[in-house]
Amino acid sequence: MPRWGMVIDLDRCTACQACVVACQVENNVAPAGPELAERGRAISWLRLVPFQGGEHGTRPELRLVPLPCMHCERPPCTRVCPVKATLIDREGLVAQVYPRCIGCRYCTTACPYTVRHFNWDRPQWPRPMEDSLSPDVSVRPNGVVEKCTFCHHRLQRARDQARAEGRPLREGDYVPACVQTCPAEAMVFGDLDDPRSAVARLSQGPRAFRLLEELGTRPKVVYLSKGEWGGEV
Amino acid sequence: MEKFELGEDARLLRPIERTGRAFWISAAILLSIVAWGVFAYLSQLRRGLSVTGLNVPVYWGLYITNFVFFIGISHAGTLISAILRLAHAEWRRSITRSAEVITVLVLFFGMGCVILDLGRPDRVLHVLRHGNFTSPLLWDVTSIATYLTASTIYLYLPLIPDIAILRDNFPGRKWLYRTLALGWTGTSRQQRLLDRAIAAMAVIVIPIAISVHTVVSWVFAMTVQPMWHSTIFGPYFVVGAIFSGIAAILIAMAIIRKAYHLEAYLKPVHFNNLGLLLLVMTLLWFYFTFAEFLTTYYGGEPSHMVIFLSKTQGRFSPLFWTMIVTCFVVPFAMLANNRTRGTVWGTVTAAVSVQIGMWLERFLIVVPSLSNPRLPLTAATYTPSWVEWSLMAAFVAAFIFLYAVFTKLFPIVSIWEIHEGRERSLEEVSARVQSYLPAPAGVEHE
Repeated sequence: MPRWGMVIDLDRCTACQACVVACQVENNVAPAGPELAERGRAISWLRLVPFQGGEHGTRPELRLVPLPCMHCERPPCTRVCPVKATLIDREGLVAQVYPRCIGCRYCTTACPYTVRHFNWDRPQWPRPMEDSLSPDVSVRPNGVVEKCTFCHHRLQRARDQARAEGRPLREGDYVPACVQTCPAEAMVFGDLDDPRSAVARLSQGPRAFRLLEELGTRPKVVYLSKGEWGGEV
Repeated sequence: MEKFELGEDARLLRPIERTGRAFWISAAILLSIVAWGVFAYLSQLRRGLSVTGLNVPVYWGLYITNFVFFIGISHAGTLISAILRLAHAEWRRSITRSAEVITVLVLFFGMGCVILDLGRPDRVLHVLRHGNFTSPLLWDVTSIATYLTASTIYLYLPLIPDIAILRDNFPGRKWLYRTLALGWTGTSRQQRLLDRAIAAMAVIVIPIAISVHTVVSWVFAMTVQPMWHSTIFGPYFVVGAIFSGIAAILIAMAIIRKAYHLEAYLKPVHFNNLGLLLLVMTLLWFYFTFAEFLTTYYGGEPSHMVIFLSKTQGRFSPLFWTMIVTCFVVPFAMLANNRTRGTVWGTVTAAVSVQIGMWLERFLIVVPSLSNPRLPLTAATYTPSWVEWSLMAAFVAAFIFLYAVFTKLFPIVSIWEIHEGRERSLEEVSARVQSYLPAPAGVEHE
């Protein structure tokens, strides 16, 4: 089974947020609006967080880092779920089972990356948008937790396609919406275990690092950057 | 079997015989607060948790604070009463019942807080059907359910002889008391069985009680979140729980004493002795808090220090320093002084102060760690909403109401144990003391 992972090249990223918008649309995440955002109720499976970066000895600069779910190999969230509503699925992705979730938000508090979101309200879309929701992704009810899935509905579709064509899954058959959209081509997706894949090569390069890997979570999202890292804003 | 001679203890039945205006007025006030809470909860059921002040990243707030607080208070009864029974502390006789009732009732409200906090309370049974035992929340469910069962039995067993007294004295309510008395007639065989059962339960409930607050702390400590991920959280929570539990007993005793004129049974000496226990817990609490904060500060890990500073100097510092004053300075000053500890008002002032402080302690464990996540976020601040405050008030009011109802159905001071103390213990204690001393000359050792 492939080990799906993502590489985000911060030296290429322009912080244009195209990935953020692509994610919202692809996954039927309702736009929050300024009022809810002000109250800390906005849901975004992928968001940009500010970090202090820059090469050693130079002026520190503000870096905006795209932050999806890390799909950890040792996720702190799945263990604490009292009802197995979040788990590592057969593809190694950290999945969320909406009909089972009781909304206790233990996983959201246990996640050190704060990438899990809770549906405080029933999701609502402005008039015309409601008609163009993606049929591949279920709309989450009020009171459950949701998160980035690495667009796993795309994986199902790619597997079906490959099976129909009678061939194995090839690199590039399955990429999440954010990766597909990135205009700077700063995001790469693939099998971390396949030595020929771009993600495997890049994630072993000298610029590669993972967020909060000292916590032992073994994230499958790898960042690339020159220079000093880790200074929080 | 002749009728149990009540004698001067007949006054312990008076709250059950007669119900004055004061009771009805208090009940009306309490029930209107509960009704308000029901209204608040209906609005939460309709609109979901959006009616709370919770947000990203402060996913937990008042409900979880109250959960820890109520479960903490539950350590009042069963644990204290079990320890005093096992230690043959004779002064326990008039206070054990009032303590044990606190435990049984408050546990329901503790569990209720978790249900209030659920985004999908309709799915609460998923916890039984799909339970995941790697989750500390499931440890809680198991441990609290065991504790509730054990402490209900532990409350009920010593009630049986008293229920039999009620059965013989209140023919009007015979249907209730006859069933519950289980045919108690007070034969020596029954008494022997009961004594043995109570002694066994007293031993059993102690480890269960300790497990309860330990696993409550583990809900926090098992995560990797800064200032939650601490090895002393288990014992720290147990100490805090006993601390707030003793304070709860003192407050309940003072109210019962005043409302039902039981000055002859709840004497300053009872307050003094419990006050001494509270003083020990004050010092233990301070020791644990000091150890926890010094370790964090000295280690100086940035992600921990952010939270440390937000508590001691930042946004939460007014609450933090109020906690230090109410959990340590006030109770220490009141209880270390013989003159204030020997009085009812002195110990009760300390107890009320401790309750406020321990609630703040729980709030300061839950909220600051969540308010400062490891990765930078556009931080939102958490202010509890009217729904959360209303439900908290309703839970406290409902607890007090049910407690008052209990005092109207059953004697809140154990009649037969007082009786037993008078009849048997005086001799027993002097015999015990005698056995500690060297035998008088000329008497052989057994």
